[in-house]
Amino acid sequence: MIEYNNTTVERSRIPLTKQDFVSDQMVKWCPGCGDHAILSAVSNVFPKIGYKKENFMFVSGIGCSSRIPYYLNTYGFHGIHGRAAAISTGIKITNPHLSVWMATGDGDSMAIGGNHFIHIIRRNMDINIILFNNQIYGLTKGQYSPTTNMGQITKTSPQGTIEHPFNCGELVLGAQGTFFARGVDTNPKMMTEIMFEAARHDGTSIVEILQNCIIYNDKVHALITAKETKDNYQLHLKNGEPMKFGANMEKGIRLNKRRLEVVEIGKNDITENDLLVHDQYAGDPGIHLMIAKMAPPVYPVALGVIRSAMYPTYDDLVEEQIKQAKENSKIKCVNDVMAASGVFEIK
Amino acid sequence: MSKKNNAIEMEDVVVKFVGDSGDGMQLVGTLFSETVGIDGNDLANFPDYPAEIRAPHNTVAGVSGFQVHFGSKEINNFGDLCDVIVAMNPASLKANKKWAKKGTILIIDSDTFDQKAFERAGCTANPLEDGSLKDYIIVKAPITTKVKEILAPLGLDIKTMERTRNMFTLGMVLYIFNRTFNTTFDYLDKKFAKKPQMIEANKMVIKAGFDYASSHESIDKTITVKPASLEKGKYTTVTGNIATAWGLLAASERSGRPFFLGSYPITPATEILMELARHKSLGAKVFQAEDEIAGICSAIGASYAGAMACTTTSGPGLSLKSEAIGLAVITELPLIIVNVMRGGPSTGLPTKSEQSDLYQALFGRNGEAPLIVMAATSCTDCFYASYEIAKLSMEHMTPAILLTDGNIGQGSQLFKLPDVKKLAPIKPPIAEANDPDYKPFNRDPKTLVRKWAIPGTEGLRHRVGGLEKEDGIGNVSMDPQNHQKMVDLRAAKVEKIADFIPEQTVFGDEDADLLVISWGGTLGAVRTAVQELQKQGNKVAHTHFRYIMPLPKNTEAILKKYKKIVVAELNSGQFVNYLRMKFPRYPMLQCNKVQGLPFFVSDLLPTFTKILKEK
Ligand code: SF4
Repeated sequence: MIEYNNTTVERSRIPLTKQDFVSDQMVKWCPGCGDHAILSAVSNVFPKIGYKKENFMFVSGIGCSSRIPYYLNTYGFHGIHGRAAAISTGIKITNPHLSVWMATGDGDSMAIGGNHFIHIIRRNMDINIILFNNQIYGLTKGQYSPTTNMGQITKTSPQGTIEHPFNCGELVLGAQGTFFARGVDTNPKMMTEIMFEAARHDGTSIVEILQNCIIYNDKVHALITAKETKDNYQLHLKNGEPMKFGANMEKGIRLNKRRLEVVEIGKNDITENDLLVHDQYAGDPGIHLMIAKMAPPVYPVALGVIRSAMYPTYDDLVEEQIKQAKENSKIKCVNDVMAASGVFEIK
Repeated sequence: MSKKNNAIEMEDVVVKFVGDSGDGMQLVGTLFSETVGIDGNDLANFPDYPAEIRAPHNTVAGVSGFQVHFGSKEINNFGDLCDVIVAMNPASLKANKKWAKKGTILIIDSDTFDQKAFERAGCTANPLEDGSLKDYIIVKAPITTKVKEILAPLGLDIKTMERTRNMFTLGMVLYIFNRTFNTTFDYLDKKFAKKPQMIEANKMVIKAGFDYASSHESIDKTITVKPASLEKGKYTTVTGNIATAWGLLAASERSGRPFFLGSYPITPATEILMELARHKSLGAKVFQAEDEIAGICSAIGASYAGAMACTTTSGPGLSLKSEAIGLAVITELPLIIVNVMRGGPSTGLPTKSEQSDLYQALFGRNGEAPLIVMAATSCTDCFYASYEIAKLSMEHMTPAILLTDGNIGQGSQLFKLPDVKKLAPIKPPIAEANDPDYKPFNRDPKTLVRKWAIPGTEGLRHRVGGLEKEDGIGNVSMDPQNHQKMVDLRAAKVEKIADFIPEQTVFGDEDADLLVISWGGTLGAVRTAVQELQKQGNKVAHTHFRYIMPLPKNTEAILKKYKKIVVAELNSGQFVNYLRMKFPRYPMLQCNKVQGLPFFVSDLLPTFTKILKEK
């Protein structure tokens, strides 16, 4: 068994503020777009995390979401469509002492970049990925994405889509994700909290934000986010606490045989003790998967940290292997490499 | 009568071991090559693998070979036709007969020549009896029977005994070339140190093969190849792929930049990835990516983070990397892309070699996307070429493609070990912490090179990416004039590298009747052909290109001097068209071959002679 040591990121000696992370670039998202709130949450959480500002690295792919590096005053890399996960991987392996963040969208990571997305998760690279899920292609002006609801009419599905959408959480957990959290762009406080937890987690942290594209997919998350309905359709997870929701916290989630079930506390002799208690640190992803898949109209959508399990990270293991090789090998330089290759001498 | 009285001397010879994939031809070929190398001959080896791992037993598709070209003179190619062929079964004889010439010694395991084997090999009759081999010296040896006899006292199982058949042929070949087996035995002792029983069995079989050959009626002569006058020093045999890996590591060591490789396995480039993965003790970080695109994109990320970043691939993989190469061009980051070319298009001929990816390397991207292109000229040059391209890429902050090919990548040569500490220093333009004037696209006015600002460094936070940037300050810019300027600057930056590479040299007379041009991995064969023509009294000159983009500054001055020019390359004319595009005034003839095979001197001589004779 290989032991691993946590590579650490150097902390700032002086306290930082949001202003330290705001760039001088004009923000060019559409007015009213959910992206503005996500940007604000990121620049709020960075000073709280407390790392030196030079140690933050923000990478992105292509799409509306992926403009975010320009709006943050960190080291930034705006990549190409779908490839941010691979670019981030190279950065993190090269310098594990950076806090690497990545912005991506449903199209960027679950369509064109699907392969990199599942593999960065499988490897458990220590990178924080914020996935803006607006269930549409925004920057190319309104084509359906891999998360668009079946049957939805878009510019490329005039009769409605005939594709089964991905559930982001299900995909992440299927790829052996160690951290999955979900937030909504209408709840800045919760976004900041889950981003903070993502930063603390060692391994690939996926933070899915249900984001409204006001231009091409307005109100796609309305059932979950609208004032009138949100209490019934948002379940805020708290580790170690029973899963309760509703305007007066009168409803809950119970595990009935092998299925999750929405129950009302007080009805049919159901008490709080019957409810499922959230254990985000559980190694077994079974319950996490069930929670991640909950969707209206039958269930509320689970928000908050769904899973945060401890497994070795790829970048730690790389460092560990290098450390061991350096300790155990006599080969210290390229001259040594060549000399160890069956050399003979011509005199 | 001692047969050694009937010894002849030769300057260089070609020996090829061929058999079924499982017959140990690579091992015996390597052993023989090590032996002649240690004995002081110069050499070049060429393995000839089937595309399948274990193709059906005893079929032509499953034939595996290893060719050793060695001599008392400088050996710079893998050799054309063979002087000795060892064929372990009918299929391998059938597949390799074409490499025999009049008088070639064919050593054959006669035990394998039965009706069933003929059928599997697709022979209609017994080739040993149908007269088709009358021009050759056939040495029939019941090798399978012999090894079983010899090894009977050791009590080994039949499979293990049969596995030593290759060693029997090695003994025979050692006899033919007048070698002792000391060198081979030393090598075996080292190689199989953990398996003493294998050493003993192999030694017994080698000796038996040697004795058998000495009394075989068909072997009426032995061949002496004197040692070459090699420079004193330490040598090893190295394949181009291993040499490439070493050159890259050396460049990382000398530049002080940590090493990163992001690659995906692909024939015939995989050995570079495997070799580099072994060297974690040097701190080399090697990432086997989920695909070719992730390979290069991880390398681009690594380069941004301050590593000497590389990705290695072959043709189809380079196609997949195209978009990302453009990203490295526009972000002006160093990146070394090694393309070990193979036969294409598409999956093409994975285990065979071509030079048909030149267009792709030069032009295979969207937008105006110039970069450095170099081509290694031999197995051992892979070391120096990969070192040099890494130096150029880092010092000039631009991606670079090194073209090698399946022949030189998998072939091997004697390599005199260089001292890495004496190689040219590499000084990447690293931006200093808290430099108040730092802007991502500020440039050195002489070289047009921007600075490499490494994440984590204080006071240099900045953004780069695939969108066009304003020169200097580096903000996203869609301004027409700025785009024109950036396109021009990126091109000029690459062109200026011509000031930092050596001038092109010419082998032969300034007033020659014909200038032969070649590039990349064909140096040895083309040079040998030119030397041959010169010996015959022709006035022929040769210039061989290693720097493709940019070309050496004196390229046109050379073209100007010759009335007749022919460009020889293993494609349908990609380099010649590139030269025509750059220098339209000079007419150029072509000599092309696209068969997945290297150039043979025997292909080139008639073509060049014909051109010389034409008015
Ligand atoms: S197109 Fe949609 S996602 Fe893109 S910026 Fe506009 S509102 Fe936001």
